[in-house]
Amino acid sequence: MSLLSVEGLGKKFGGVSAVDDLSFDIRPGAVYSIIGPNGAGKTTLLNLLTGVYQPSSGRIVFDGHDMTGRAPYEYARQGIARTFQNLQVFFNMSALENVMVGRYLQERSGLARALLRAPGLVRAEQACRNEAAELMRFVGLQDYLSAASDAMPYGALKRLEIARALATRPKMMLLDEPAAGLNPTEALELDDLIGRLTGRGITVVLVEHNMRLVMGVSDHILVLDYGRKLAEGSAQAVRNDPKVIAAYLGGEVSPDSTYGETVAGAVAQAVEMHR
Amino acid sequence: MLSRLASPRTGGLLALAIVIALLPLALANKYFYDIAVLVGLNAIVCVGLNLLIGYAGQISLGHAGFFGLGAYGSAILASRYGWPPLAAMLTTTLAVAALAYLVGRPILRLKGHYLAMATLGMGIIVYMVITTEDRFTGGPDGIAVVPFSIGGFVLQGERIWYWVVGVLLLAAVWLALNLIESPTGRALRALHSSEVGAEVVGINAAEHKLLVFVISAVFASVAGSLAAHYSGFVTPGKVAFLHSIELVTMVVFGGMASIFGAVVGAAALTTLPQLLTVFEDYEMMVFGAVMMGTMIFLPRGVVPSMARLFQTRRNASSDDRAGSA
Amino acid sequence: MSAQFMQYLLTGLTVGAIYALVALGFSIIFNASHVINFAQGEFVMIGGMASVSFTAAGLPYLLAIPLAIAAAALVGLALEKFAVEPARGASVVTLIIITIGASIFLRGLAMVIWDKRLHPLKPFTGDTPIAIAGATILPQSLWVLGVTLAIVLALSWFFGRTLLGKAMLATSHNRLAAQLVGINVRRVLFLSFGLSAALGAVAGILIAPITTTSYDVGVMLGLKGFAAAILGGLGSGVGAVVGGLVLGIAETMSAGYLSSAYKDAIAFVIILAVLFFMPSGLFGKRDGERV
Repeated sequence: MSLLSVEGLGKKFGGVSAVDDLSFDIRPGAVYSIIGPNGAGKTTLLNLLTGVYQPSSGRIVFDGHDMTGRAPYEYARQGIARTFQNLQVFFNMSALENVMVGRYLQERSGLARALLRAPGLVRAEQACRNEAAELMRFVGLQDYLSAASDAMPYGALKRLEIARALATRPKMMLLDEPAAGLNPTEALELDDLIGRLTGRGITVVLVEHNMRLVMGVSDHILVLDYGRKLAEGSAQAVRNDPKVIAAYLGGEVSPDSTYGETVAGAVAQAVEMHR
Repeated sequence: MLSRLASPRTGGLLALAIVIALLPLALANKYFYDIAVLVGLNAIVCVGLNLLIGYAGQISLGHAGFFGLGAYGSAILASRYGWPPLAAMLTTTLAVAALAYLVGRPILRLKGHYLAMATLGMGIIVYMVITTEDRFTGGPDGIAVVPFSIGGFVLQGERIWYWVVGVLLLAAVWLALNLIESPTGRALRALHSSEVGAEVVGINAAEHKLLVFVISAVFASVAGSLAAHYSGFVTPGKVAFLHSIELVTMVVFGGMASIFGAVVGAAALTTLPQLLTVFEDYEMMVFGAVMMGTMIFLPRGVVPSMARLFQTRRNASSDDRAGSA
Repeated sequence: MSAQFMQYLLTGLTVGAIYALVALGFSIIFNASHVINFAQGEFVMIGGMASVSFTAAGLPYLLAIPLAIAAAALVGLALEKFAVEPARGASVVTLIIITIGASIFLRGLAMVIWDKRLHPLKPFTGDTPIAIAGATILPQSLWVLGVTLAIVLALSWFFGRTLLGKAMLATSHNRLAAQLVGINVRRVLFLSFGLSAALGAVAGILIAPITTTSYDVGVMLGLKGFAAAILGGLGSGVGAVVGGLVLGIAETMSAGYLSSAYKDAIAFVIILAVLFFMPSGLFGKRDGERV
């Protein structure tokens, strides 16, 4: 029984296919990683899986509901949460309020109740505040409980997005390059955080270039190239797949890529380890 | 308890109530009362408009249209067809809300300058209809309006109106503060900052924009109805593009995303033209210069800028104490 | 084609050409700075009113017109220097209010310098109507169409062939990248206000002999020009011209065949209808949100 089922998914931008005839299934409780070189269509795929983009073809079924063509907020209501590669933090609010917004689905109330500030609402607000603070501690942001979001460092903002996504009480969380821009220590802490997310029963979908992280936490890996599925399987299987090795070593190593921090570097690393 | 009084919400409401209660001591004659009433009515519009512009981040250059529809709706129903003023006002408000809903649906999909253009166009169309359909509206000459009355009690005179408008302004501020501090208010601020960020936590951005657009139109319409009954006359000038601009300027001048800023902005820019009459022919120039100057030097608006100044002062003085201790 | 239709078409083209010039002014400033300059209509007014004054002072057109354009351009440069430049980084709404403040200021200034009356300006070359296909056209309309065409050609040469023009275009596409290749972005911004003001002034001078001019003539012309720029798609030169012509023709046709009372409303009805289906105008960039 799969939690998310994608069939023949495609997305064209002006005639160019960013994602092409893609099918895969994600089982509940797993860490499912999506890797591939830059421009392989990973972020496009995440945008499709959250309704930010509408697919040109194919079907998306989540938890038994056909979500094809639905709006992002409807995906959220079914239990899909996400973070962004380009941060979408609400910089006009405090860090805590950002997480409180994440509780919108549980907290929303009628307009009249809001306008007249019904007594129940005041209590609910306090509970919401407490739970948001709890989630901030969970992701390791206990030092920022009274911070303004525009005064926080980059690494903390990435965690803030995770806390906000958690606040929606998702069944599945999509992380778009959570390690990008983090220093090595912060990146190491992500392994642990992802583990604790799955510990809460959340299925994690990870798009990431940091192969150490991907190979370490993934139960299943999908390799994309030019918007198509290149390979799929366990970390071990993907690492040994000749197609993957060929695709990545075929001129994909850019001079500025740090060894072990990019797909190409990591696959090269993986290949080496195997010799 | 004391700390609750000092919170911006309770403290601010209390301060506003005190100002409204004590202001008559400084109002020497009817003329001053008249200005105070106009300030109050504009402030009600601006509190609603700030929910839309300051909090939800959706610009409108056409809100004088809603103000004007409120004014003319009440004027036509009450004066031309003899409806009881309260019924005329409620009917007009409902109609304006429905119109805002219908118009808002398509145009709130637009962003930035395109939204500015669409709301501007909407306001101008309302203005043109009002000046052209003179069988109902009296055209450019305007229309006389009967005084407001409820069950035989006639609301007349600047002093009575002062208290009515004062209480309504307090109510408007209270409602707006409540909305902002609710999950709905947080959703509005969130979509201002990042629409996609708001959507992926389950917020229907389009629905929220529409909601706040309708609320702001209702505030403007009610203020328009009251203004018509108060002054006993409506002219198309209140519906014109320039009045829309004045309203937005009040909001930005006082401070975006600040409910009390909207009140301060309305007070400042309603009184300013009265003060500028001493400049006679130069009035328009000075008004334009003041608009430019404040926006250049206080781009955040008066209230947030002052709050920031106050904050830094307080931090500096507490640092001093920490240093000397 | 009936003579009446032809008449409306010619009138519409003339009006549309003026809208196109004003819209081009909006687009040039928007491209350089992402500011919508609501004082654009005031440049139109300054062009017309200054020409009236200079000719009244006895100057021939050949001197009066360049002087009037220069006067408007100077005002444009001053506006950038003293009102827009100091407010760099302010929000869109704040900038809109600054330029609206500037337009009110300039209108007030015009009222003080001149007066509130309507002023005629003598047509450039007589006022004997010329017959074309059963319709008539004023020589001044030919001037409007001819000069607009010349300006559009000159602008496309300027933006396509000259270094400064290309620099301005580059700045509009990517400000940071332009800066990195050594373009003085602040100068581009400064010049764009001068250029837009000059364009506005030309429009004001061209139309004044047909409609007369006054201190507040810029309000409606500015709004219509903005509508034309939005209709074509903000920042698109072709869009501004097409938007202006479409608006001018549609307005004249509907005033002629439908109702002249709502002539000024037509532009805004069209713009709402177009934005309903094409949220970025006819030729605007459809930039999706990248996340």
